[in-house]
Amino acid sequence: MTNHYLDISGVSIEFPTPNGPFKALDNVNLKINKGEFISLIGHSGCGKSTVLNIVAGLYQATEGGVILEGKEVDQPGPDRAVVFQNHSLFPWLTVYDNVRLAVDKVMANKSKAERHEWAEHNLELVHMSHALHKRPAEISGGMKQRVGIARALAMEPKVLLMDEPFGALDALTRAHMQDSLMEIQTRLNNTVIMITHDVDEAVLLSDRIVMMTNGPAASIGEILPVELERPRDRLALADDPTYNHYRAEVLKFLHERHAKPDVPTTPKAEPAAAPETDSANSSKVPEEEDLAA
Amino acid sequence: MSTALNKTVQFLEVTGLNWFVPVAKICAGQNVKEQFNQLSRMVGVPVFAFLVFLLFWSAAAQNIVTSLGNLPAPTETWQQFEGLIEDHNRERAKEVAFYERQEKRNAEKLEKNPDAKVKIRPYTGKPTFFDQVFTSIYTVFVGFVLASLIAIPLGIICGLSKILYTGLNPLIQIFRPVSPLAWLPIVTMVVSATYTAKDPMFAKSFINSALTVTLCSLWPTLINTTVGVSGIDKDLINVSRVLQLNWITKVFKVIIPASLPMIFTGLRLSLGVGWMVLIAAEMLAQNPGLGKFVWDEFQNGSSNSLGRILVAVFVIGIIGFILDRVMLTLQKLVSHDKTVDIR
Repeated sequence: MTNHYLDISGVSIEFPTPNGPFKALDNVNLKINKGEFISLIGHSGCGKSTVLNIVAGLYQATEGGVILEGKEVDQPGPDRAVVFQNHSLFPWLTVYDNVRLAVDKVMANKSKAERHEWAEHNLELVHMSHALHKRPAEISGGMKQRVGIARALAMEPKVLLMDEPFGALDALTRAHMQDSLMEIQTRLNNTVIMITHDVDEAVLLSDRIVMMTNGPAASIGEILPVELERPRDRLALADDPTYNHYRAEVLKFLHERHAKPDVPTTPKAEPAAAPETDSANSSKVPEEEDLAA
Repeated sequence: MSTALNKTVQFLEVTGLNWFVPVAKICAGQNVKEQFNQLSRMVGVPVFAFLVFLLFWSAAAQNIVTSLGNLPAPTETWQQFEGLIEDHNRERAKEVAFYERQEKRNAEKLEKNPDAKVKIRPYTGKPTFFDQVFTSIYTVFVGFVLASLIAIPLGIICGLSKILYTGLNPLIQIFRPVSPLAWLPIVTMVVSATYTAKDPMFAKSFINSALTVTLCSLWPTLINTTVGVSGIDKDLINVSRVLQLNWITKVFKVIIPASLPMIFTGLRLSLGVGWMVLIAAEMLAQNPGLGKFVWDEFQNGSSNSLGRILVAVFVIGIIGFILDRVMLTLQKLVSHDKTVDIR
């Protein structure tokens, strides 16, 4: 197929810093088909969030670009909805109002009743119908993240971008959320790019796992297709040799083959299974960025 | 019954009337002994401290002798306060009598000649202490509201645009520490040059005082609004970018609600500064408020003066305290994080 749904082509980005320009990404190439679930995995600070932000349009690539359905994208928009690591719900609005804000913007030409129904429908999808009138401060982390997902789904995006959505949650909640996500994915068949640190999560959820090399000047290292049949059951897969093979492949990449061929290997980093925040990368946001932009 | 109690306790805590929480619980019959203990701790200790303060005051009063007599003791000060209430009531009675006499005169005139022109003159007695209190509160509010109308939009713009902030910041830092006593002569001159209506609606002294309050109290709100707006979580801004909100929606639906807690912190500080500035400004501008009262008493030099000035000191302090409490309640109402304890 020559015309891919989402084409990340030759993307490089340089950030201006007091010590000279910092090249975060170098020639990232990735082609994604419609309905695919892609996991982006790699060490902390390798640029995963940067790639996601470029696809989202929140950053502009200095070289190359992102083409969605044949059109180049360089501005943020609801067609590439983002689920942030820290839910980013508006704390002064209720759960319902948070989703409704997105719905009102995206479905501005529909009737009030239709928008109300659509907001409730999406909250139903994430099993949050019981807490419509609560504020974010009154619900748990997992619930906040669910609402974040509902808000993103309510925008009916062409591509759903998720930046370590379950990173801040405990293991049990994470398992529930992964199951919910798989359920939603079966129903809606969205195109999804998800950043994660969790190898099990990546193998369980994705159609392809994209492994990035270490930063700086990171690029795509290897791409691993995951040919496990859906629906996937984590307990059944625990003993499955194919599942374990995929898992081993990812771990081997992260521990041994993560460097680019011509770049000297960095010392062994933490095991990728432990959730780490991507703060090293997000702190490179240029200070001059205008809030009004 | 317990939901009513919960709601009452919530209300008392939000309005800062924490002292009454144990009282409410006692009325509901909850843990009466424990509540009495809490009450004695919360209320008893400050009351005791206040009594110790009164003791020190009495001791000082006996030992400090000024040209106007001894520094007044607590009891004398209270007597002066009662005196002021009496004066106020007397003035009010005189005013009522004046208008009654005028009515009678005019009615008699109209009886004799239905077409006669009747004069209705306003009563021109001097303002009492409580009139002056009202004038002060009114003036500080006008000055404060004007300051907020300038500071909040300017603060939002400065928070959003780094360039504008870099440009304005030196000016803000230079004008912020200027004392009201330095602004007042300039304000007076500018106002007398520009406000030249034949029959002015507002007295010049009122405008001078209010404008001085504005000039001094707009800085905390301005700075806090700028900090609040520029410190909004970047992710919230990114959400509004993904949703492609237009700038009006972004300002009113995202930026203002997100920075409202900081804005209200600024407003609370501004009101505190404004109240302090007002008394000084009134003294010099001769606005008929508490400042003028203190100044007149000082110039008067009667044996009552020091006592009356002390009454004014306490009234100024108590009003300032009440104003601060009102702002504190508003601050608590708009804060997003209900777990933080705002004092």
